[in-house]
Amino acid sequence: MTQTSKLNSLWEYANPKKFLSTTERFLPGLWIVTALCLAVGLIWGFFFTGDDYKQGSTVKIIYLHVPAALMAINAWLMMLVTSLIWVVRRHHVSALAARAAAPVGAVFTLIALVTGAIWGQPMWGTWWEWDPRLTSFLILFLFYLGYIALWEAIEDPDTAADLTSVLCLVGSVFAILSRYAVNFWNQGLHQGASVFRAGAVTGTDTAEKVSNIYFYPLLICMIGFVLLFVALVFYRTGTEIRARRIKALQARERMSA
Amino acid sequence: MIALLTRDLRLALRAGGGFGLGLAFFLILTVLVPFSVGPQSALLAVIAPGVLWLGALLACLLSLDRLLALDWEDGTLDLLATAPLPLESVVTIKALAHWLTTGLPLVLVAPVLGILLNLPTPGYVWLVVSLLVGTPALSVIGTFGAALTVGLKRGGLLLSLLVLPMYVPTLIFGAEVARRGAEGMATSTPLLLLAGITAAVIALLPFASAAVLRVNLR
Repeated sequence: MTQTSKLNSLWEYANPKKFLSTTERFLPGLWIVTALCLAVGLIWGFFFTGDDYKQGSTVKIIYLHVPAALMAINAWLMMLVTSLIWVVRRHHVSALAARAAAPVGAVFTLIALVTGAIWGQPMWGTWWEWDPRLTSFLILFLFYLGYIALWEAIEDPDTAADLTSVLCLVGSVFAILSRYAVNFWNQGLHQGASVFRAGAVTGTDTAEKVSNIYFYPLLICMIGFVLLFVALVFYRTGTEIRARRIKALQARERMSA
Repeated sequence: MIALLTRDLRLALRAGGGFGLGLAFFLILTVLVPFSVGPQSALLAVIAPGVLWLGALLACLLSLDRLLALDWEDGTLDLLATAPLPLESVVTIKALAHWLTTGLPLVLVAPVLGILLNLPTPGYVWLVVSLLVGTPALSVIGTFGAALTVGLKRGGLLLSLLVLPMYVPTLIFGAEVARRGAEGMATSTPLLLLAGITAAVIALLPFASAAVLRVNLR
């Protein structure tokens, strides 16, 4: 029994009430830490690191671009996990969390695309290039749009949750497939992974790695974006739960009237 | 299963407007391209494989909302769901019927439209081959999209928004086969990848479509 009680502990938060009370306890602190991380990371990054010898001050857009791109992908990954949980265990909080995360992920994708364009204009000489990474992000954005639109289009909440989670599962496969298909389709202009890399940490291939001067504020920005995402999703999930509860109360009132 | 297939085919052929519509759309789209990019045959020859693939894809998309919606409205789907035939095979048959009435005619017409766009001679074989291999994937993916949106009143636009991103890999590899073929390059790599997508999609996606359809019929 003691064994299972430890295992069950995660699923306790599938109870909307428990979820709400817990997140409400965490949220104020989470907001503060998020704001602190973003403020420290961005101010440090923008004002206290030198300009790059080649890119000038445009290098500093990395503090928005990389964390946003990171969260754009991870938001979809989180939606995939919560969709799977909904399909398997049918916890409403899980489906609502996926719904809450979608617009946030879409906005992060848009931020990554826009900041990339702003950086690309002076650096590559073009706002947009049909580079595999850029293209697959655009496709990811389209998948977000489709997912959000499907949620909005269906009235019955359980049907919507079911359909969108299947769309999320199938869409993930196609998104990954597109990612590698566009690799095949066009050569890249975008630099490869240069923040976290094997060998980069030990300093064996420093040439391709983001310099340490930029790395630490970037790391703080990344943490800030992760926390921002978590806070937003908690907050929005809470809103969704309350909206659902209001609907239930109204329906009950109509029934008794 | 055969009965269902023949029924679908007969409906598509006889219930006016469904069958020829995709073909007419494909033709019109191909005719509109020179108007929009100019009549230089050298330019048209370059873009012909891609345009023909895009046209076939859009023509496929156009007929998707009729794929299940009509059966949904008159209750046929409910009967099919309670029939001894598993819903997975119903969906597969539906996709097959859609391919036979939309995909296959598009494949057959494509070379004729290739002439209009001045497609280079070695491209014809590869255009037909790539469409023949690729369009079944379009039908199957489209069936999934149609199953997702079948219960919605204005599902048409949403259907395109959902289905088109999923068409990306198929389009990339299919158009690549046609393009490489037209330029006389080796086509086996993209062709194999295209065939892989089609095979995987036929094998796996009917389960998702059937699951989604069950939710919608609930």
